[in-house]
Amino acid sequence: MPTTANAAHALGDVTASDSTLRRFLHGLPGVDTVGLEARAASLGTRSIKTTAKAYAIDLAISMVDLTTLEGADTPGKVRALGAKAVRPDPTDRTTPTTAAVCVYPDMVAVAKEAVAGSGVKVASVATAFPAGRAALGVKLADVRDAVAAGADEIDMVIDRGAFLAGNYMKVYDEIIAVKEASGAARLKVIFETGELSTYDNIRRASWLGMLAGADFIKTSTGKVAVNATPANTLLMLEAVRDFRAQTGVQVGVKPAGGIRTTKDAIKFLVLVNETAGEDWLDNHWFRFGASSLLNDLLMQRQKLATGRYSGPDYVTVD
Amino acid sequence: MSEKTEKTEQRRLSVFKTYKLYVGGKFPRSESGRVYEVTDSKGEWLANAPLSSRKDARDAVVAARKAFGGWSGATAYNRGQILYRVAEMLEGRKDQFVREVADAEGLSKSKAAVQVDAAIDRWVWYAGWTDKIAQVVGGGNPVAGPFFNLSTPEPTGVVVVLAPQKSSFLGLVSVVAPVIATGNTVIVIASEKSPLPALSLGEVLATSDLPGGVVNVLSGKTAEIATPLAAHQDVNAIDLAGADDVLAKELEIAAADNLKRVVRPQAVDNADYFANPGIERLTAFLETKTVWHPTGALGASGSSY
Repeated sequence: MPTTANAAHALGDVTASDSTLRRFLHGLPGVDTVGLEARAASLGTRSIKTTAKAYAIDLAISMVDLTTLEGADTPGKVRALGAKAVRPDPTDRTTPTTAAVCVYPDMVAVAKEAVAGSGVKVASVATAFPAGRAALGVKLADVRDAVAAGADEIDMVIDRGAFLAGNYMKVYDEIIAVKEASGAARLKVIFETGELSTYDNIRRASWLGMLAGADFIKTSTGKVAVNATPANTLLMLEAVRDFRAQTGVQVGVKPAGGIRTTKDAIKFLVLVNETAGEDWLDNHWFRFGASSLLNDLLMQRQKLATGRYSGPDYVTVD
Repeated sequence: MSEKTEKTEQRRLSVFKTYKLYVGGKFPRSESGRVYEVTDSKGEWLANAPLSSRKDARDAVVAARKAFGGWSGATAYNRGQILYRVAEMLEGRKDQFVREVADAEGLSKSKAAVQVDAAIDRWVWYAGWTDKIAQVVGGGNPVAGPFFNLSTPEPTGVVVVLAPQKSSFLGLVSVVAPVIATGNTVIVIASEKSPLPALSLGEVLATSDLPGGVVNVLSGKTAEIATPLAAHQDVNAIDLAGADDVLAKELEIAAADNLKRVVRPQAVDNADYFANPGIERLTAFLETKTVWHPTGALGASGSSY
């Protein structure tokens, strides 16, 4: 697997200065809004049934970053979430585990203990999530804290204010600094696409994040009105595909927020398969940031197994 | 002038009504896109009605479950007011229902009008029961101990109702109104042959302050829709008023999986829907909650609680 150092090599001159970076990002082809949305919508009409559906449901379960990011999170709730991630459906032991649990940095230690020995990873949001409005020193301390507590993955937010003001180099440097502070933990970079206003901006942010060494690019925090949509995820999938073609470096994608039903999840998997390709159909390269999605996936899984519709009484209340 | 009016009337094309389902307060077509032909008692085409699939049934359960919290949590008085409002709206559209019932059941206009009047009166009757049923089936229990012991009726939950096959409107009202009066939400499968009055009832309910999802109306093949609903784990009860013996048995078996409450009235289509219905249909979908409240000598604070 090529490392990020190669990326820096292939497109090294792009990040040499503020002006070269700006020229590169603004030189990216503009996004055809109508075409993008039409493509996302048409891929959403694929009919996935029977064995293909069973495969898709299990794959989707294995890609879930089971998330709780509330002010009211308690150690008990995080432990319950960890238990659910390890064994999503206690009545059916063939159910795969989820990819990770995603919590605030102060809950990492609790989550780590809850999923110990299961292979489920612990992801932590950091860098003054969700607004990201703090000094760099504070953000880095936040990251180091989470890593020290044992986080396997760090979900950072970019400085949208700087990005929208056109201060790309600041955003770039910040991601580099966070990447360094994350050490061995994989870094997911959240763009908060709902705040970036245009598809062109989402494309630029994707490239900016990948140039800076993101292991994953992630749509949103789940804390604003517009979260992951098929269109913005499709756009980001195109970006990771093109990035690998140019640099040989593969970057993961994580849509987050607003994905609640199995139907939605399967639509996203179709997007992945048709855009980035099969290489991304793995929880190392594609994730769902979600909380209520898992219950719907489990209910659909039970439906396929038993032939009768399940109900919310047969899954946990989170 | 009058000549001109006449000419315009001659040229006017008839406006056919598209009958649609009523699910979650909206009027969707069947997810499957299918329809079937509904004929009157003489076999003449009346309209196309949606031929619901099991996915429509599933969506209806989701809508009914979503509406349950709000509807069961509403005060009994408020539910009564809303049900009375439904009767008011029915009264205003009486002509339409008389026409639909006459077509469906092969009755004369006047006989159909008697049916519709009875149905509206029945709705008012059940509206009055919402805040009285608790006094009849609940109350304080004399127990041998220092407890204040209290039983109250609570709604069962999401109820599937197979509407009577022959009595397309009076029978329908007689099975739907008592279920929602006590705070349940309902998915009603309209009479297979004569679904039009039931689908029109949806239009009345949509304009009577009844929250969306409390009543969901599906039309189509009764057996096709009822089977997945009887097996559905998120349905709490099923009323087999419109099922024949063979179907009823099959549904009872399917419903046993999650211990659904099953109501299987005898000799349904010979039921006399004009007779005083009593409160059996109200109590059929009620659970009794009993609370034991300790009592004893008053403490220093002046309260034993």
